[in-house]
Amino acid sequence: MPDKPKVAFYWCASCGGCEEAVVDLAEKILDVVAAVDIVFWPVALDFKKSDVEAMEDGSILASFVNGAIRTTEQEEMALLLRRKSKVLVAFGSCAHLGGIPALANLWDREAIFDTAYRTTASTVNPEGTLPQVSLAHNGDRVHLPGFYNTVRALDQVTEVDYYIPGCAPTPNIIAGAVETLLGGDLPPAGTVLTPDIALCEDCPRLDTKPQELTIERFRRPHEVIADEGTCLLAQGLLCMGPATRSGCGHLCINGNMPCTGCFGPTSKVRDQGAKYLSAIASMLGFEDEAAIDRALDGIPDPVGTFYRYGLAGSLLRRRKMTPVDA
Amino acid sequence: MSEEMTTQEAWHQGSQGAKAAYARRRITVDPITRLEGHGKIDIFLDQAGEVERAYFQVPELRGFEKFAEGRPAEDMPQITSRICGVCPTAHHMAATKTLDALYKVDPPPAAKKIRELVYSAFMAEDHLLHFYFLGGPDFVVGPEAPAAQRNILGVIATVGEETGRQVIAMRRRLREIITMVGGKVIHPVLGLPGGVAKRVTAEQQTEIRRTAADAVEFARFTLDLFRKVVLGNPGYVELILSDAFTHRTYYMGVMDEKNRPNFYDGQIRVVSPEGGEWAKFAPADYLDYVAEHVEPWSYVKFCYLKPFGWQGFTDGMESGIFSVAPLARLNAADAMSTPLAQEAFEEMYATLGGKPVHHTLANHWARVVEVLNATERLKELADDPELIDPNVRTLPTETPREGVGVVEAPRGTLFHHYVTDSRGIIEKANLIVATQNNSARMAMSVEKAAKGLISKGVVSEGILNKVEMAFRAYDPCHACATHSLPGSMPLVVEVHGPAGETLSRLRRDSDGSLHRE
Ligand code: SF4
Ligand code: SF4
Repeated sequence: MPDKPKVAFYWCASCGGCEEAVVDLAEKILDVVAAVDIVFWPVALDFKKSDVEAMEDGSILASFVNGAIRTTEQEEMALLLRRKSKVLVAFGSCAHLGGIPALANLWDREAIFDTAYRTTASTVNPEGTLPQVSLAHNGDRVHLPGFYNTVRALDQVTEVDYYIPGCAPTPNIIAGAVETLLGGDLPPAGTVLTPDIALCEDCPRLDTKPQELTIERFRRPHEVIADEGTCLLAQGLLCMGPATRSGCGHLCINGNMPCTGCFGPTSKVRDQGAKYLSAIASMLGFEDEAAIDRALDGIPDPVGTFYRYGLAGSLLRRRKMTPVDA
Repeated sequence: MSEEMTTQEAWHQGSQGAKAAYARRRITVDPITRLEGHGKIDIFLDQAGEVERAYFQVPELRGFEKFAEGRPAEDMPQITSRICGVCPTAHHMAATKTLDALYKVDPPPAAKKIRELVYSAFMAEDHLLHFYFLGGPDFVVGPEAPAAQRNILGVIATVGEETGRQVIAMRRRLREIITMVGGKVIHPVLGLPGGVAKRVTAEQQTEIRRTAADAVEFARFTLDLFRKVVLGNPGYVELILSDAFTHRTYYMGVMDEKNRPNFYDGQIRVVSPEGGEWAKFAPADYLDYVAEHVEPWSYVKFCYLKPFGWQGFTDGMESGIFSVAPLARLNAADAMSTPLAQEAFEEMYATLGGKPVHHTLANHWARVVEVLNATERLKELADDPELIDPNVRTLPTETPREGVGVVEAPRGTLFHHYVTDSRGIIEKANLIVATQNNSARMAMSVEKAAKGLISKGVVSEGILNKVEMAFRAYDPCHACATHSLPGSMPLVVEVHGPAGETLSRLRRDSDGSLHRE
């Protein structure tokens, strides 16, 4: 018993899908529970933060953290688990790259409030009331927690050793990663614990992908009935396969839909969106500006498409873009 | 291909392309938003130390309606599913149906059946998750059991490891149907305007049929278990019937033409606190019936029936406050669409004294009735020869402008409404999630529980659990919104004296630890 490796799970700003992903280990979860000593998992087990605080630094073998970081509370927990763990693992797209909720980074708080509380169709709010952090109400003083102002990936807050990608990560990837970590033969820090090849490279439809892919016009998924056996790019559908890491088991492809890139880029690529744009360049002939514009017509939302999961962690986010010619 | 470029070249070219693209589209990237993850209850006492007012606040706002703007409509089924990873299929399906309406396109019969099949499998596995693991601990393990046992492991200890394994296996198999047909189970990808992305093969149908048949059996087993564990214990029955958890509100649910609940499609029916039909309307008309009210002390908006106007937090015929989720659906229905569910439905109302039932905790029972209904419907669809028809898409030809789509999420009626430009790019989105429909009633429950439990200014730590039970029966999604499951919802209770001064403050963190400050 005392020799079983200690493991912790924690969630930050998460939709709960990553926790479901662990539950989706289904019967296998009983093996994991048998092999390790789970010292912290707020969703399922009753251990306290103070128990973790009392542990010796570095005494947890691995902590798995999912969700992005948005509050001081989450940042604190991330730092605490960092200190107590030999290995800190960013689990899922949100922890890895920021995830879909980081698309909120495209707006500011006022805009979000205005939409949510004033302009949405079913809201009836003639006085334009907004939630207040502190207000006197019928003589009572009521407080609401305030807003925090960033959506960050885990490694923008503290040092991360390994990444388990995916929105959500798939059971095979999770099981494989846990096995690797327990096996003791640790890969170099910074490794994403999945195959380091592009999704295209082991795609069941690879045989139908032309060597020289030329695309005149991208088509949106609702505009075509996609053939179930043919490379989606070859059918003009924007599949993120060329710029996305393999490992999910080609789930979306098997669902006959293009990959949207949730596993993030391979290790050779720093920025998935930029990589994809360059891939498009090669498909269209990059010097030709008219061709780019034509391509963008079929891709009406480049940010939401190329940075669907990666806005918080991308170079764009780091550069802190400002309005371009406002 | 691009693979032959050096990474640096690729990066350089790509970043130039990105810059040019953004310059053309004038995107501003600016940081934002997430709220502190504590639910919060403020309780105000009068001179005598009795509760005058209690405020229940859930600090939940993620801005999905805002960041939907500018996204292509066809991406919404996959984007909005990230609102919740426990019920992604509900958002996925509501969004998909909204796309049908937006493009005025009617999916072929097989596509509708495939969608409803996936939806039924989802409804069943999600309800099972709630019954056994989320809400279950309250009843299966017992409301008085120590917090340390009111969790999944406690349930398994009570029902036996064998049953525990069966629950896990059943959920896995139901979820495998969603993966097989919908691509992914956590954030599915099947939905497109006018149909689904791929057909079901004969081979797949054989497997689905097997799972569906077993699921019906498992649902029966679950009802028996509920009878034994809950109904067999007079203490629990008393708790269900207790006044602290009772409100006479309106009830809403999506119904078929015979006023039987249908999770995937139908018209929205509302019954009054006395049980009569108050309205039945098409999803597209929802703005005539449903409105959301803003209070300055909560990030959650409060839904009410629009014709009544906002009457404040009060129940009864004159108040427009309504409720959704399993009990509300059954209250709004005349019957169930499948035989076993019909039997269970009759038994429930016979035991609880007829319709409508106003006891919030009866939601747990209604949920079991719905597990039967969902699995039976799953089986009907699985056995349907048309399920494997290869024609599963109607391509849209109309110019999009506006669409509304509604489904019954496990936790209640879910509305999606998009307005787009002529290219189908979202200009405005409106989402009313199940929890919001219940939020007014939930706030009332919390106040009622506080009034019932606090007297002479004495607040016990037990109030946290009781108060928590008052809203957990509605909806673990609230817990989900603040990232926690039963017993560990981060919660702050502040008690204020007549002058507004803070008398005591109890805080329970997401790790379950309790602090008195
Ligand atoms: S990575 Fe995906 S599944 Fe995981 S928390 Fe984020 S949105 Fe949810
Ligand atoms: S195909 Fe792409 S988007 Fe789909 S699960 Fe795999 S990596 Fe994620």
